[in-house]
Amino acid sequence: MKRLVSLLTSLGVVAALAASATVAAADNSTLATVKERGQLICGVNSGLPGFSATDADGNWAGLDVDFCRAVAAAIFDDPQKVRFVPLTAKERFTALQSGEIDVLSRNTTWTLTRDASLGVNFAGTTYYDGQGFLVKKSLGVDSARQLSGATVCVLAGTTTELNLADYFRKNGMEYNPLVLENSDQTISAFNAGRCDVLTSDQSQLNALRIKLPEPSAAKVLPEVISKEPLGPAVRQGDDQWYDIIKWTLFTLINAEELGVNSNNVADMQDADNPTIRRMLGSSGDMGEKLGLPADFGTRIIKHVGNYAEIYRRNVGADSPLELERGVNALWTDGGLMYAPPIR
Amino acid sequence: MNTTTDTTPPARRRPWRDPRVRALTFQALALAAVVWFGWTLLDNTLTNMAERGISTGFGFLDEPAGFGILITLIPYDETMTYGRTFLVGLLNTLLVSGLGIAIATVLGFTVGIARLSSNWLIAKLALAYIEIFRNIPLLLQIFFWYFAVLQNLPSPRQSVTVGEAVFVNNRGLYLPEPIFQSGAGWVAAALAIGIAATVVLARLAKRRQDRTGRGLPVLWPGLTLIIGLPALVYALAGTPITWQLPALQGFNFRGGMAVLPELAALLTALAVYTAAFIAEIVRSGILSVDPGQVEAARALGLRPRLTLRLVVIPQAMRVIIPPLTSQYLNLTKNSSLATAIGYPDLVAVFMGTTLNQTGQAVEIVAMTMAVYLVISLSISSLMNVYNRAVALKER
Repeated sequence: MKRLVSLLTSLGVVAALAASATVAAADNSTLATVKERGQLICGVNSGLPGFSATDADGNWAGLDVDFCRAVAAAIFDDPQKVRFVPLTAKERFTALQSGEIDVLSRNTTWTLTRDASLGVNFAGTTYYDGQGFLVKKSLGVDSARQLSGATVCVLAGTTTELNLADYFRKNGMEYNPLVLENSDQTISAFNAGRCDVLTSDQSQLNALRIKLPEPSAAKVLPEVISKEPLGPAVRQGDDQWYDIIKWTLFTLINAEELGVNSNNVADMQDADNPTIRRMLGSSGDMGEKLGLPADFGTRIIKHVGNYAEIYRRNVGADSPLELERGVNALWTDGGLMYAPPIR
Repeated sequence: MNTTTDTTPPARRRPWRDPRVRALTFQALALAAVVWFGWTLLDNTLTNMAERGISTGFGFLDEPAGFGILITLIPYDETMTYGRTFLVGLLNTLLVSGLGIAIATVLGFTVGIARLSSNWLIAKLALAYIEIFRNIPLLLQIFFWYFAVLQNLPSPRQSVTVGEAVFVNNRGLYLPEPIFQSGAGWVAAALAIGIAATVVLARLAKRRQDRTGRGLPVLWPGLTLIIGLPALVYALAGTPITWQLPALQGFNFRGGMAVLPELAALLTALAVYTAAFIAEIVRSGILSVDPGQVEAARALGLRPRLTLRLVVIPQAMRVIIPPLTSQYLNLTKNSSLATAIGYPDLVAVFMGTTLNQTGQAVEIVAMTMAVYLVISLSISSLMNVYNRAVALKER
């Protein structure tokens, strides 16, 4: 029961915050805790193909999942040393605040309110998304502007819920929001015809459409009504850990830009390019500055690959979703993926 | 007479030997410990939240909410505050609980009495009802009504209709809505007079029954007053109430009143589930009445229906009320399962969306828990008042 779980997590925050008076005084470095525990605890979506979902053997896979594996690879040199905690949209911040998870990598939109008042820090953007609408073709609708009076299925506790209200109000249209707990419920209500429209981030709509009994009977409308930069988040108050998460992401992006991938990483360690040598730990002490081993970059690329590989494997050409890179291409290719230099 | 009285006062007991002082001291210590514990908990929480940069306080209640809600009993739109979402959610909780309690009571009493019927078929049907609905988890029953029954109804364009006025489809039950025009006030007044007159009549009948042992007919005159009088005024005032029919327009039906499937499924599940328990309570209450009472009533020549109404039920009520109260409380608390199917009750709206948008878990969870506590205590005290009224009075 989701309700019970979220209630318990909420109560957990109170208990954990109250109990952590003594803990706060002691060494509360997240990195030390993770190392001592021997594994990273990562909060992910309970089921969103391409981002985080379990396969037939119970293994987690997806873009968000691979990001956590990259962090584990940097710390332990072993991408399997992660425990994944599936969370609903409603539970995610509470789980992070209470210390139940070390990092939240659950297609979470970076917004001012979340950054400033929830006690969390966003480490960057792993996927630039935007909100759209999924409709059945039989409805005969070509544009979101024709949706006045529609019943809209939407996920509880998301920015989507707010964007939806803004969009309909801005355009002077009416709607009935049917707010559901998880994405399986939204797609089943949409399939049963309880709602006319399903709204979510475009990547999710594509992922959910595949779950329909007849995917070709539904289509995503052209309008993108919001900016949804999705990225990993950590608790405030531990800057070292925040830096580790940030630079894990930047390493993935820089590696793509520098042409380093899981196949050539061993050879690249002896490359002439000083930037590559710094990233892979062949020269300099970049890892040490973060509290990580010098070769943390090599570990990440060796086990998980660079950003392009992760994208292609999970949501791109090699996946059922077949999403174009679009705005998620490197800045050198006209996209938005840009990472600060490793120097 | 020379009596020397001992003027020294009796030896004062030392304070720590005085049981009263000792008792008070321990109570004060215990109280201080509880207060200290509570304060430490609160202070620690606040300190740690401040340290981690989590906002605290109730200021968020005045901020605009910015999200829509499916069912609202009071005017609400996205520009209103989080405080308003609290009220909207609370009223939705009270709506489903109130209706649920009413339906469950009627259904439960009916099934409970049917369970004791001398008609074999009726008794066994009641037994089957109780055993089936009492033993399946409530959440499953909610899912059953919502996903298996209501979502399999036809789509709006293929609605089942009764006379083009009532429509049933997988978006809900659509009914004609009364539109009150000038003069409708007279009809309402007539209805109020009808009800008041019936209450007076019932009182008179009761008094006469107590005094002389003869009743007055109440049912038919009462119905005539409550239905006939407003109908007469309605005709005389020139039919001031018109009915707006729901009509398919765009994606959905517009106009008329709608009972959405989320409300219908939750209400059905709560009422049917709780009624099974109430039926058993009613049965135990009736069986607790000494059979001699029924025999005596029969010997006096009372018909079975009158025996039940005048002799058995009044005595059964004192056994029925206390457990019935806890069923009412259960129903109210169980209504928070609404979240599972998207009915916007207090837990779904306030502890769900509002909590997530503001992130102020501690305040919101505390408020929600306090609300359920207040609702439960209110129901409980109302039922206690009623219990005192029907309790066996020993003379």
